[in-house]
Amino acid sequence: MDSNQQISKSTNLQINQTLHLADTALILGQRNSDWCAHGPILEQDIAITNITLDLIGQARNFYQYAATLINNAENKNETEDSLAYLRNEREFKNFLICELPNGNWAQTILRQFLFSVYQELLFEKLIACNDQQLSAIAAKSIKETKYHVKWSSEWVIRLGDGTEESKTKMEQAIDEIWMYTGEFFIANDYDIIDVTSIKSKWLEKINEIFEEATLSVPENTFMQSGGKNGIHTEYLGFLLSEMQVLQRTYPGANW
Amino acid sequence: MSLHDLEKLFQEKIDKEIKIEPKDWMPDAYRKTNLRQISQHAHSEIVGMLPEGNWISRAPSLKRKAILIAKVQDEAGHGLYLYSAAETLGTSREQMIDDLHSGKAKYSSIFNYPTLTWADMGAVGWLVDGAAILNQVMLCRTSYGPYARAMVRICKEESFHQRQGFETLLVLSKGTDEQKAMCQDAINRWWWPSLMMFGPKDSESTNSDQSIKWKIKRKTNDELRQQFVDMIVEQVKLLGMTLPDPELKWNEDRKHYDFGEINWDEFWNVVKGNGPCNKQRLEARKKAHEEGEWVRAAALAFAEKRKNKLNTKAA
Repeated sequence: MDSNQQISKSTNLQINQTLHLADTALILGQRNSDWCAHGPILEQDIAITNITLDLIGQARNFYQYAATLINNAENKNETEDSLAYLRNEREFKNFLICELPNGNWAQTILRQFLFSVYQELLFEKLIACNDQQLSAIAAKSIKETKYHVKWSSEWVIRLGDGTEESKTKMEQAIDEIWMYTGEFFIANDYDIIDVTSIKSKWLEKINEIFEEATLSVPENTFMQSGGKNGIHTEYLGFLLSEMQVLQRTYPGANW
Repeated sequence: MSLHDLEKLFQEKIDKEIKIEPKDWMPDAYRKTNLRQISQHAHSEIVGMLPEGNWISRAPSLKRKAILIAKVQDEAGHGLYLYSAAETLGTSREQMIDDLHSGKAKYSSIFNYPTLTWADMGAVGWLVDGAAILNQVMLCRTSYGPYARAMVRICKEESFHQRQGFETLLVLSKGTDEQKAMCQDAINRWWWPSLMMFGPKDSESTNSDQSIKWKIKRKTNDELRQQFVDMIVEQVKLLGMTLPDPELKWNEDRKHYDFGEINWDEFWNVVKGNGPCNKQRLEARKKAHEEGEWVRAAALAFAEKRKNKLNTKAA
Protein backbone atom coordinates (compact mmCIF):
# COMPACT_ATOMS: atom_id res chain seq x y z
CA MET A 1 0.00 0.00 0.00
CA ASP A 2 1.24 3.45 -0.80
CA SER A 3 0.89 5.83 2.04
CA ASN A 4 -2.57 7.23 1.92
CA GLN A 5 -3.73 10.34 3.71
CA GLN A 6 -6.92 8.62 4.78
CA ILE A 7 -5.33 5.66 6.48
CA SER A 8 -3.48 6.14 9.69
CA LYS A 9 0.22 5.55 9.55
CA SER A 10 0.04 2.62 11.93
CA THR A 11 -2.65 0.86 9.90
CA ASN A 12 -0.60 1.37 6.79
CA LEU A 13 2.40 -0.25 8.43
CA GLN A 14 0.26 -3.11 9.66
CA ILE A 15 -1.03 -3.69 6.13
CA ASN A 16 2.47 -3.63 4.66
CA GLN A 17 3.73 -6.02 7.31
CA THR A 18 0.94 -8.45 6.49
CA LEU A 19 1.50 -8.14 2.76
CA HIS A 20 5.21 -8.80 3.25
CA LEU A 21 4.39 -12.04 5.06
CA ALA A 22 1.80 -13.02 2.45
CA ASP A 23 3.96 -12.21 -0.58
CA THR A 24 6.92 -14.08 0.86
CA ALA A 25 4.89 -17.24 1.38
CA LEU A 26 3.15 -17.01 -1.98
CA ILE A 27 6.21 -16.36 -4.12
CA LEU A 28 8.19 -19.18 -2.54
CA GLY A 29 5.14 -21.43 -2.90
CA GLN A 30 4.81 -20.45 -6.55
CA ARG A 31 8.45 -21.31 -7.20
CA ASN A 32 8.31 -24.62 -5.35
CA SER A 33 5.14 -25.61 -7.18
CA ASP A 34 7.21 -25.96 -10.34
CA TRP A 35 8.66 -29.15 -8.84
CA CYS A 36 5.26 -30.80 -8.77
CA ALA A 37 5.44 -33.66 -11.32
CA HIS A 38 9.16 -33.04 -11.89
CA GLY A 39 10.81 -34.10 -8.63
CA PRO A 40 13.88 -36.35 -8.47
CA ILE A 41 12.05 -39.14 -6.60
CA LEU A 42 8.33 -39.70 -6.33
CA GLU A 43 8.34 -39.51 -2.51
CA GLN A 44 10.21 -36.19 -2.62
CA ASP A 45 7.94 -34.82 -5.31
CA ILE A 46 5.15 -35.36 -2.79
CA ALA A 47 7.16 -33.85 0.08
CA ILE A 48 8.09 -30.61 -1.67
CA THR A 49 4.52 -30.31 -2.87
CA ASN A 50 3.33 -30.57 0.73
CA ILE A 51 5.56 -27.63 1.57
CA THR A 52 4.20 -25.75 -1.43
CA LEU A 53 0.66 -26.31 -0.21
CA ASP A 54 1.57 -25.15 3.28
CA LEU A 55 3.10 -21.95 1.92
CA ILE A 56 0.12 -21.18 -0.27
CA GLY A 57 -2.17 -21.83 2.67
CA GLN A 58 -0.14 -19.41 4.80
CA ALA A 59 -0.22 -16.83 2.02
CA ARG A 60 -4.01 -17.11 1.81
CA ASN A 61 -4.38 -16.53 5.54
CA PHE A 62 -2.14 -13.47 5.44
CA TYR A 63 -3.81 -12.05 2.32
CA GLN A 64 -7.26 -12.51 3.77
CA TYR A 65 -6.18 -10.60 6.84
CA ALA A 66 -4.54 -7.88 4.75
CA ALA A 67 -7.74 -7.56 2.71
CA THR A 68 -9.77 -7.11 5.90
CA LEU A 69 -7.39 -4.45 7.15
CA ILE A 70 -7.50 -2.56 3.87
CA ASN A 71 -11.26 -2.82 3.48
CA ASN A 72 -11.82 -1.61 7.03
CA ALA A 73 -9.47 1.31 6.60
CA GLU A 74 -10.61 2.40 3.17
CA ASN A 75 -13.84 1.81 1.38
CA LYS A 76 -12.38 -0.92 -0.83
CA ASN A 77 -13.20 -4.44 -1.87
CA GLU A 78 -9.89 -6.25 -1.77
CA THR A 79 -9.74 -10.05 -1.60
CA GLU A 80 -6.95 -12.57 -1.26
CA ASP A 81 -7.02 -12.87 -5.04
CA SER A 82 -7.01 -9.18 -5.88
CA LEU A 83 -3.98 -8.78 -3.64
CA ALA A 84 -2.15 -11.76 -5.12
CA TYR A 85 -3.13 -11.29 -8.74
CA LEU A 86 -3.60 -7.59 -9.34
CA ARG A 87 -0.59 -5.97 -7.73
CA ASN A 88 2.57 -5.16 -9.69
CA GLU A 89 6.25 -5.99 -9.29
CA ARG A 90 6.96 -2.86 -7.27
CA GLU A 91 4.12 -3.54 -4.86
CA PHE A 92 5.29 -7.04 -3.93
CA LYS A 93 7.22 -7.13 -0.69
CA ASN A 94 8.59 -10.67 -0.62
CA PHE A 95 12.22 -11.43 0.10
CA LEU A 96 14.40 -11.68 -3.00
CA ILE A 97 15.41 -15.22 -2.06
CA CYS A 98 11.85 -16.42 -2.72
CA GLU A 99 11.72 -15.25 -6.32
CA LEU A 100 15.05 -16.75 -7.43
CA PRO A 101 14.63 -19.51 -10.02
CA ASN A 102 14.58 -22.99 -8.50
CA GLY A 103 17.87 -24.10 -10.00
CA ASN A 104 18.64 -27.72 -9.23
CA TRP A 105 17.48 -29.78 -6.24
CA ALA A 106 20.44 -28.53 -4.16
CA GLN A 107 19.46 -24.89 -4.67
CA THR A 108 15.82 -25.57 -3.95
CA ILE A 109 16.66 -27.50 -0.79
CA LEU A 110 19.16 -24.95 0.44
CA ARG A 111 16.79 -22.04 -0.09
CA GLN A 112 14.02 -23.89 1.72
CA PHE A 113 16.32 -24.65 4.61
CA LEU A 114 17.70 -21.11 4.99
CA PHE A 115 14.22 -19.67 4.72
CA SER A 116 12.38 -22.14 6.93
CA VAL A 117 14.85 -21.76 9.79
CA TYR A 118 14.27 -18.01 9.56
CA GLN A 119 10.51 -18.45 9.29
CA GLU A 120 10.31 -20.64 12.37
CA LEU A 121 12.17 -18.04 14.45
CA LEU A 122 10.02 -15.29 13.01
CA PHE A 123 6.79 -17.14 13.77
CA GLU A 124 7.94 -17.76 17.36
CA LYS A 125 8.21 -14.01 17.76
CA LEU A 126 4.98 -13.31 15.89
CA ILE A 127 3.05 -15.64 18.16
CA ALA A 128 3.97 -13.31 21.01
CA CYS A 129 3.24 -10.08 19.12
CA ASN A 130 0.28 -7.86 19.97
CA ASP A 131 -1.50 -8.29 16.64
CA GLN A 132 -3.90 -11.09 17.51
CA GLN A 133 -4.58 -12.17 13.97
CA LEU A 134 -0.91 -12.36 12.96
CA SER A 135 -0.24 -14.20 16.17
CA ALA A 136 -2.96 -16.74 15.39
CA ILE A 137 -1.75 -17.32 11.83
CA ALA A 138 1.82 -17.75 13.08
CA ALA A 139 0.68 -20.21 15.74
CA LYS A 140 -1.11 -22.28 13.13
CA SER A 141 1.72 -22.10 10.59
CA ILE A 142 4.66 -22.81 12.86
CA LYS A 143 3.73 -26.48 13.07
CA GLU A 144 4.14 -26.70 9.32
CA THR A 145 7.33 -24.70 9.36
CA LYS A 146 8.93 -27.02 11.93
CA TYR A 147 8.40 -29.85 9.48
CA HIS A 148 9.89 -27.78 6.63
CA VAL A 149 12.97 -27.19 8.77
CA LYS A 150 13.27 -30.86 9.60
CA TRP A 151 12.82 -32.04 6.04
CA SER A 152 15.14 -29.48 4.47
CA SER A 153 17.81 -29.96 7.18
CA GLU A 154 17.88 -33.66 6.46
CA TRP A 155 18.34 -32.97 2.78
CA VAL A 156 21.11 -30.41 3.36
CA ILE A 157 22.96 -33.03 5.41
CA ARG A 158 22.27 -35.79 2.93
CA LEU A 159 23.51 -33.78 -0.05
CA GLY A 160 26.43 -32.16 1.80
CA ASP A 161 27.64 -35.48 3.13
CA GLY A 162 26.48 -37.62 0.19
CA THR A 163 28.69 -37.89 -2.90
CA GLU A 164 31.42 -35.58 -4.19
CA GLU A 165 29.00 -34.39 -6.83
CA SER A 166 26.21 -33.58 -4.40
CA LYS A 167 28.63 -31.78 -2.11
CA THR A 168 29.92 -29.67 -5.01
CA LYS A 169 26.36 -28.83 -5.98
CA MET A 170 25.57 -27.76 -2.42
CA GLU A 171 28.68 -25.56 -2.35
CA GLN A 172 27.64 -23.97 -5.62
CA ALA A 173 24.14 -23.45 -4.24
CA ILE A 174 25.58 -21.71 -1.17
CA ASP A 175 27.57 -19.44 -3.49
CA GLU A 176 24.44 -18.56 -5.41
CA ILE A 177 22.02 -18.07 -2.55
CA TRP A 178 23.82 -17.01 0.58
CA MET A 179 23.92 -13.36 -0.49
CA TYR A 180 20.13 -13.24 -0.31
CA THR A 181 19.91 -14.17 3.37
CA GLY A 182 21.07 -10.84 4.76
CA GLU A 183 17.71 -9.34 3.93
CA PHE A 184 16.00 -11.52 6.55
CA PHE A 185 17.53 -9.38 9.27
CA ILE A 186 17.32 -5.87 7.86
CA ALA A 187 14.79 -3.92 9.86
CA ASN A 188 12.06 -2.09 8.02
CA ASP A 189 9.62 0.54 9.23
CA TYR A 190 6.70 -1.92 9.02
CA ASP A 191 8.32 -4.73 11.01
CA ILE A 192 6.16 -5.67 13.94
CA ILE A 193 8.99 -7.58 15.58
CA ASP A 194 12.69 -6.87 15.86
CA VAL A 195 14.08 -9.07 13.08
CA THR A 196 17.66 -8.23 13.98
CA SER A 197 17.14 -10.10 17.24
CA ILE A 198 16.75 -13.51 15.57
CA LYS A 199 19.91 -13.40 13.52
CA SER A 200 22.20 -15.07 16.02
CA LYS A 201 19.81 -17.96 16.63
CA TRP A 202 19.38 -18.38 12.90
CA LEU A 203 23.12 -18.51 12.32
CA GLU A 204 23.51 -20.97 15.18
CA LYS A 205 21.08 -23.40 13.57
CA ILE A 206 22.62 -22.98 10.11
CA ASN A 207 26.06 -23.64 11.57
CA GLU A 208 24.86 -26.73 13.37
CA ILE A 209 23.34 -28.29 10.24
CA PHE A 210 26.15 -27.18 7.92
CA GLU A 211 28.65 -28.75 10.26
CA GLU A 212 26.84 -32.06 10.12
CA ALA A 213 26.62 -31.67 6.36
CA THR A 214 30.38 -30.96 6.18
CA LEU A 215 29.62 -27.59 4.57
CA SER A 216 31.03 -24.19 5.47
CA VAL A 217 29.18 -21.01 6.23
CA PRO A 218 30.54 -18.26 3.95
CA GLU A 219 32.10 -15.19 5.48
CA ASN A 220 32.12 -11.58 4.38
CA THR A 221 29.55 -12.05 1.65
CA PHE A 222 28.02 -8.90 0.22
CA MET A 223 24.30 -9.12 0.92
CA GLN A 224 21.61 -8.22 -1.61
CA SER A 225 18.43 -6.62 -0.39
CA GLY A 226 15.40 -4.67 -1.56
CA GLY A 227 12.50 -7.13 -1.71
CA LYS A 228 10.88 -5.93 1.49
CA ASN A 229 10.66 -2.47 -0.06
CA GLY A 230 9.50 -3.60 -3.47
CA ILE A 231 12.85 -3.44 -5.26
CA HIS A 232 13.18 -6.88 -6.83
CA THR A 233 15.33 -8.98 -9.10
CA GLU A 234 14.46 -9.17 -12.78
CA TYR A 235 12.99 -12.61 -12.16
CA LEU A 236 9.89 -11.40 -10.34
CA GLY A 237 8.24 -9.73 -13.31
CA PHE A 238 8.21 -12.95 -15.30
CA LEU A 239 6.94 -14.95 -12.35
CA LEU A 240 4.07 -12.51 -11.85
CA SER A 241 3.12 -12.26 -15.50
CA GLU A 242 2.75 -16.03 -15.64
CA MET A 243 0.96 -16.33 -12.31
CA GLN A 244 -1.42 -13.43 -12.94
CA VAL A 245 -2.22 -14.11 -16.59
CA LEU A 246 -5.86 -15.22 -16.26
CA GLN A 247 -6.87 -12.55 -13.78
CA ARG A 248 -5.25 -9.89 -15.98
CA THR A 249 -6.69 -11.24 -19.24
CA TYR A 250 -10.26 -11.57 -18.02
CA PRO A 251 -10.80 -8.71 -15.57
CA GLY A 252 -13.65 -9.23 -13.15
CA ALA A 253 -14.30 -12.87 -14.00
CA ASN A 254 -14.96 -15.41 -11.26
CA TRP A 255 -13.10 -18.69 -11.29
CA MET B 1 0.66 -80.99 -7.65
CA SER B 2 0.49 -80.91 -11.41
CA LEU B 3 0.25 -77.66 -13.33
CA HIS B 4 -3.23 -78.63 -14.34
CA ASP B 5 -4.31 -79.05 -10.71
CA LEU B 6 -2.73 -75.79 -9.71
CA GLU B 7 -4.58 -74.00 -12.46
CA LYS B 8 -7.81 -75.67 -11.47
CA LEU B 9 -7.37 -74.67 -7.85
CA PHE B 10 -6.49 -71.14 -8.88
CA GLN B 11 -9.62 -70.80 -11.00
CA GLU B 12 -11.73 -72.21 -8.16
CA LYS B 13 -10.44 -69.52 -5.84
CA ILE B 14 -11.26 -66.87 -8.42
CA ASP B 15 -14.74 -68.29 -8.89
CA LYS B 16 -15.30 -68.25 -5.13
CA GLU B 17 -14.20 -64.60 -4.98
CA ILE B 18 -11.12 -65.40 -2.90
CA LYS B 19 -8.44 -62.79 -3.56
CA ILE B 20 -5.13 -63.88 -5.03
CA GLU B 21 -2.24 -62.76 -2.84
CA PRO B 22 1.43 -62.20 -3.79
CA LYS B 23 2.71 -65.49 -2.40
CA ASP B 24 -0.08 -67.61 -3.88
CA TRP B 25 0.56 -69.70 -6.91
CA MET B 26 -0.70 -68.01 -10.07
CA PRO B 27 -0.41 -68.73 -13.79
CA ASP B 28 2.41 -66.85 -15.50
CA ALA B 29 -0.03 -65.12 -17.79
CA TYR B 30 -2.06 -63.90 -14.80
CA ARG B 31 1.08 -62.46 -13.23
CA LYS B 32 2.10 -60.84 -16.51
CA THR B 33 -1.31 -59.39 -17.23
CA ASN B 34 -1.58 -57.92 -13.75
CA LEU B 35 1.94 -56.56 -13.85
CA ARG B 36 1.31 -54.98 -17.25
CA GLN B 37 -1.98 -53.50 -16.14
CA ILE B 38 -0.92 -52.26 -12.69
CA SER B 39 2.35 -50.76 -13.90
CA GLN B 40 0.57 -49.15 -16.83
CA HIS B 41 -1.90 -47.74 -14.36
CA ALA B 42 0.93 -46.43 -12.15
CA HIS B 43 2.65 -44.84 -15.15
CA SER B 44 -0.65 -43.23 -16.13
CA GLU B 45 -0.89 -41.59 -12.72
CA ILE B 46 2.64 -40.23 -13.01
CA VAL B 47 2.45 -39.08 -16.62
CA GLY B 48 -1.04 -37.79 -15.86
CA MET B 49 0.51 -35.29 -13.44
CA LEU B 50 2.02 -33.43 -16.39
CA PRO B 51 -1.00 -32.08 -18.30
CA GLU B 52 -2.55 -30.77 -15.09
CA GLY B 53 0.77 -29.67 -13.63
CA ASN B 54 0.92 -27.50 -16.74
CA TRP B 55 -1.63 -25.10 -15.19
CA ILE B 56 -0.42 -24.93 -11.59
CA SER B 57 1.64 -21.78 -12.14
CA ARG B 58 -1.29 -20.08 -13.91
CA ALA B 59 -4.25 -21.20 -11.78
CA PRO B 60 -6.62 -18.21 -11.69
CA SER B 61 -7.16 -17.98 -7.93
CA LEU B 62 -5.29 -19.07 -4.82
CA LYS B 63 -8.04 -21.50 -3.95
CA ARG B 64 -7.92 -23.10 -7.40
CA LYS B 65 -4.17 -23.23 -7.24
CA ALA B 66 -4.24 -25.07 -3.92
CA ILE B 67 -6.91 -27.49 -5.16
CA LEU B 68 -5.00 -28.22 -8.35
CA ILE B 69 -1.69 -28.78 -6.57
CA ALA B 70 -3.38 -31.10 -4.09
CA LYS B 71 -4.94 -33.01 -6.94
CA VAL B 72 -1.70 -33.49 -8.84
CA GLN B 73 -0.08 -34.53 -5.58
CA ASP B 74 -2.81 -37.11 -5.02
CA GLU B 75 -1.89 -38.60 -8.37
CA ALA B 76 1.71 -38.95 -7.26
CA GLY B 77 0.37 -40.79 -4.20
CA HIS B 78 -1.70 -43.08 -6.41
CA GLY B 79 1.37 -43.79 -8.48
CA LEU B 80 3.20 -44.81 -5.31
CA TYR B 81 0.50 -47.23 -4.13
CA LEU B 82 0.28 -48.73 -7.59
CA TYR B 83 4.04 -49.17 -8.00
CA SER B 84 4.03 -50.88 -4.61
CA ALA B 85 1.17 -53.15 -5.67
CA ALA B 86 2.98 -54.00 -8.91
CA GLU B 87 6.23 -54.69 -7.04
CA THR B 88 4.49 -57.53 -5.19
CA LEU B 89 4.49 -59.33 -8.54
CA GLY B 90 8.27 -59.38 -8.59
CA THR B 91 9.40 -56.37 -10.62
CA SER B 92 11.10 -53.35 -9.06
CA ARG B 93 9.85 -49.80 -9.43
CA GLU B 94 13.17 -48.88 -11.04
CA GLN B 95 12.64 -51.54 -13.70
CA MET B 96 9.08 -50.38 -14.36
CA ILE B 97 10.25 -46.79 -14.72
CA ASP B 98 12.98 -47.88 -17.12
CA ASP B 99 10.36 -49.69 -19.17
CA LEU B 100 8.25 -46.55 -19.28
CA HIS B 101 11.19 -44.47 -20.43
CA SER B 102 12.27 -46.96 -23.08
CA GLY B 103 8.76 -47.01 -24.50
CA LYS B 104 8.27 -50.68 -23.63
CA ALA B 105 5.56 -49.92 -21.08
CA LYS B 106 2.55 -47.83 -21.98
CA TYR B 107 0.44 -45.30 -20.10
CA SER B 108 -3.04 -44.04 -20.78
CA SER B 109 -3.10 -42.27 -24.15
CA ILE B 110 -5.41 -39.58 -22.85
CA PHE B 111 -2.42 -37.81 -21.30
CA ASN B 112 -0.95 -37.27 -24.76
CA TYR B 113 -3.50 -34.55 -25.38
CA PRO B 114 -2.57 -30.96 -24.49
CA THR B 115 -4.24 -28.86 -21.79
CA LEU B 116 -4.76 -25.63 -23.69
CA THR B 117 -6.93 -23.48 -21.44
CA TRP B 118 -7.93 -23.29 -17.80
CA ALA B 119 -11.23 -24.98 -18.68
CA ASP B 120 -9.22 -28.09 -19.48
CA MET B 121 -8.57 -28.46 -15.75
CA GLY B 122 -12.31 -28.82 -15.32
CA ALA B 123 -12.82 -31.05 -18.34
CA VAL B 124 -9.97 -33.35 -17.39
CA GLY B 125 -11.33 -33.72 -13.87
CA TRP B 126 -14.88 -34.28 -14.98
CA LEU B 127 -14.42 -36.40 -18.12
CA VAL B 128 -11.01 -38.04 -17.77
CA ASP B 129 -11.26 -38.76 -14.06
CA GLY B 130 -14.91 -39.62 -14.61
CA ALA B 131 -13.99 -42.25 -17.19
CA ALA B 132 -11.13 -43.50 -15.03
CA ILE B 133 -13.40 -43.91 -12.02
CA LEU B 134 -15.79 -46.27 -13.80
CA ASN B 135 -12.84 -48.48 -14.56
CA GLN B 136 -11.43 -48.10 -11.07
CA VAL B 137 -14.66 -48.80 -9.23
CA MET B 138 -14.74 -52.08 -11.09
CA LEU B 139 -11.11 -52.69 -10.16
CA CYS B 140 -11.86 -52.38 -6.43
CA ARG B 141 -13.23 -55.90 -6.88
CA THR B 142 -10.43 -57.20 -9.08
CA SER B 143 -9.08 -60.62 -8.16
CA TYR B 144 -5.52 -59.61 -7.28
CA GLY B 145 -5.56 -58.52 -3.64
CA PRO B 146 -2.92 -55.76 -3.57
CA TYR B 147 -4.38 -54.13 -6.69
CA ALA B 148 -7.94 -54.25 -5.34
CA ARG B 149 -6.88 -52.70 -2.02
CA ALA B 150 -4.89 -49.93 -3.73
CA MET B 151 -7.95 -49.15 -5.85
CA VAL B 152 -10.24 -48.75 -2.85
CA ARG B 153 -8.06 -45.94 -1.55
CA ILE B 154 -7.63 -44.39 -4.95
CA CYS B 155 -11.33 -44.40 -5.78
CA LYS B 156 -12.19 -42.24 -2.79
CA GLU B 157 -9.84 -39.51 -3.96
CA GLU B 158 -10.75 -39.85 -7.63
CA SER B 159 -14.43 -39.28 -7.09
CA PHE B 160 -13.51 -36.13 -5.18
CA HIS B 161 -11.43 -35.02 -8.18
CA GLN B 162 -14.29 -35.61 -10.54
CA ARG B 163 -16.60 -33.43 -8.46
CA GLN B 164 -13.94 -30.72 -8.34
CA GLY B 165 -13.58 -30.87 -12.11
CA PHE B 166 -17.31 -30.58 -12.61
CA GLU B 167 -17.47 -27.68 -10.18
CA THR B 168 -14.67 -25.88 -12.04
CA LEU B 169 -16.72 -26.15 -15.24
CA LEU B 170 -19.92 -25.17 -13.45
CA VAL B 171 -18.35 -21.87 -12.40
CA LEU B 172 -17.20 -21.24 -15.98
CA SER B 173 -20.61 -22.17 -17.36
CA LYS B 174 -22.15 -19.42 -15.23
CA GLY B 175 -19.40 -16.91 -16.01
CA THR B 176 -18.70 -14.45 -18.80
CA ASP B 177 -19.27 -15.27 -22.47
CA GLU B 178 -15.57 -15.93 -22.83
CA GLN B 179 -15.63 -18.37 -19.94
CA LYS B 180 -18.65 -20.18 -21.36
CA ALA B 181 -16.91 -20.51 -24.72
CA MET B 182 -13.80 -21.79 -22.97
CA CYS B 183 -15.92 -24.37 -21.16
CA GLN B 184 -17.64 -25.63 -24.31
CA ASP B 185 -14.37 -25.74 -26.22
CA ALA B 186 -12.74 -27.88 -23.54
CA ILE B 187 -15.67 -30.31 -23.54
CA ASN B 188 -15.49 -30.52 -27.34
CA ARG B 189 -11.80 -31.37 -27.27
CA TRP B 190 -11.90 -33.87 -24.37
CA TRP B 191 -15.10 -35.76 -25.15
CA TRP B 192 -13.86 -38.15 -27.83
CA PRO B 193 -10.46 -38.86 -26.26
CA SER B 194 -12.33 -39.67 -23.02
CA LEU B 195 -14.45 -42.27 -24.84
CA MET B 196 -11.25 -43.77 -26.22
CA MET B 197 -9.96 -44.27 -22.67
CA PHE B 198 -12.03 -47.45 -22.38
CA GLY B 199 -9.90 -49.05 -25.05
CA PRO B 200 -10.74 -50.83 -28.29
CA LYS B 201 -14.17 -52.26 -28.95
CA ASP B 202 -14.81 -55.63 -27.37
CA SER B 203 -14.69 -57.23 -30.79
CA GLU B 204 -11.14 -55.86 -31.28
CA SER B 205 -9.78 -56.24 -27.78
CA THR B 206 -7.17 -58.98 -27.39
CA ASN B 207 -7.01 -59.24 -23.62
CA SER B 208 -10.64 -59.04 -22.66
CA ASP B 209 -11.91 -62.64 -22.44
CA GLN B 210 -9.17 -64.07 -20.29
CA SER B 211 -9.19 -60.99 -18.04
CA ILE B 212 -12.88 -61.44 -17.41
CA LYS B 213 -12.48 -65.13 -16.67
CA TRP B 214 -9.75 -64.31 -14.15
CA LYS B 215 -11.84 -61.45 -12.78
CA ILE B 216 -9.07 -58.97 -13.39
CA LYS B 217 -11.80 -57.10 -15.23
CA ARG B 218 -15.47 -57.51 -14.51
CA LYS B 219 -16.92 -55.43 -17.27
CA THR B 220 -15.96 -55.16 -20.90
CA ASN B 221 -14.63 -52.02 -22.56
CA ASP B 222 -17.91 -51.44 -24.36
CA GLU B 223 -20.01 -51.91 -21.21
CA LEU B 224 -17.95 -49.35 -19.32
CA ARG B 225 -17.97 -46.93 -22.24
CA GLN B 226 -21.77 -47.13 -22.45
CA GLN B 227 -22.06 -46.54 -18.71
CA PHE B 228 -19.87 -43.45 -19.09
CA VAL B 229 -21.89 -42.02 -21.97
CA ASP B 230 -25.16 -42.51 -20.09
CA MET B 231 -23.75 -40.76 -17.04
CA ILE B 232 -22.16 -37.79 -18.82
CA VAL B 233 -25.14 -37.06 -21.06
CA GLU B 234 -27.14 -36.33 -17.95
CA GLN B 235 -24.43 -34.31 -16.22
CA VAL B 236 -23.68 -32.08 -19.22
CA LYS B 237 -27.25 -30.79 -19.03
CA LEU B 238 -26.49 -29.29 -15.63
CA LEU B 239 -23.71 -27.30 -17.26
CA GLY B 240 -25.96 -26.07 -20.05
CA MET B 241 -23.31 -27.29 -22.48
CA THR B 242 -23.43 -29.88 -25.27
CA LEU B 243 -21.42 -32.93 -26.26
CA PRO B 244 -19.90 -32.82 -29.74
CA ASP B 245 -21.76 -35.82 -31.18
CA PRO B 246 -24.78 -35.29 -33.45
CA GLU B 247 -25.63 -39.00 -33.23
CA LEU B 248 -26.07 -38.95 -29.48
CA LYS B 249 -29.64 -40.06 -28.86
CA TRP B 250 -31.66 -41.99 -26.29
CA ASN B 251 -32.49 -45.50 -27.47
CA GLU B 252 -35.69 -46.66 -25.84
CA ASP B 253 -35.15 -50.30 -26.79
CA ARG B 254 -31.68 -50.53 -25.35
CA LYS B 255 -32.43 -48.15 -22.49
CA HIS B 256 -29.10 -46.52 -23.27
CA TYR B 257 -27.82 -43.59 -25.29
CA ASP B 258 -26.60 -44.36 -28.79
CA PHE B 259 -23.49 -42.50 -29.81
CA GLY B 260 -21.40 -41.90 -32.90
CA GLU B 261 -18.41 -43.84 -34.15
CA ILE B 262 -15.10 -43.19 -32.43
CA ASN B 263 -12.22 -42.19 -34.67
CA TRP B 264 -10.18 -45.34 -34.20
CA ASP B 265 -7.44 -44.16 -36.55
CA GLU B 266 -6.78 -41.32 -34.14
CA PHE B 267 -6.87 -43.73 -31.22
CA TRP B 268 -4.25 -46.06 -32.72
CA ASN B 269 -2.13 -43.17 -33.86
CA VAL B 270 -1.91 -41.79 -30.35
CA VAL B 271 -1.23 -45.26 -28.94
CA LYS B 272 1.61 -45.62 -31.44
CA GLY B 273 3.20 -42.40 -30.27
CA ASN B 274 1.83 -39.85 -32.71
CA GLY B 275 -0.43 -37.94 -30.31
CA PRO B 276 0.09 -34.20 -29.90
CA CYS B 277 2.15 -34.59 -26.70
CA ASN B 278 3.56 -38.15 -26.65
CA LYS B 279 7.06 -36.85 -27.17
CA GLN B 280 6.88 -34.05 -24.61
CA ARG B 281 5.31 -36.22 -21.91
CA LEU B 282 7.94 -38.91 -22.12
CA GLU B 283 10.73 -36.39 -22.36
CA ALA B 284 9.50 -34.54 -19.28
CA ARG B 285 9.49 -37.81 -17.30
CA LYS B 286 12.93 -38.78 -18.54
CA LYS B 287 14.32 -35.35 -17.80
CA ALA B 288 13.02 -35.43 -14.21
CA HIS B 289 14.50 -38.89 -13.77
CA GLU B 290 17.88 -38.07 -15.31
CA GLU B 291 18.22 -34.78 -13.43
CA GLY B 292 17.34 -36.63 -10.24
CA GLU B 293 20.04 -39.23 -10.76
CA TRP B 294 22.69 -37.43 -8.70
CA VAL B 295 20.13 -36.77 -5.95
CA ARG B 296 19.24 -40.44 -5.65
CA ALA B 297 22.92 -41.38 -5.76
CA ALA B 298 23.67 -38.92 -2.96
CA ALA B 299 20.80 -40.20 -0.83
CA LEU B 300 22.05 -43.74 -1.28
CA ALA B 301 25.68 -42.86 -0.53
CA PHE B 302 24.62 -40.96 2.57
CA ALA B 303 22.47 -43.83 3.83
CA GLU B 304 25.44 -46.19 3.36
CA LYS B 305 27.74 -43.86 5.29
CA ARG B 306 25.29 -43.64 8.16
CA LYS B 307 24.86 -47.38 8.25
CA ASN B 308 28.62 -47.85 8.42
CA LYS B 309 28.87 -45.28 11.18
CA LEU B 310 26.21 -47.07 13.20
CA ASN B 311 27.91 -50.41 12.64
CA THR B 312 31.25 -49.01 13.77
CA LYS B 313 29.62 -47.60 16.87
CA ALA B 314 27.89 -50.88 17.62
CA ALA B 315 31.17 -52.78 17.22
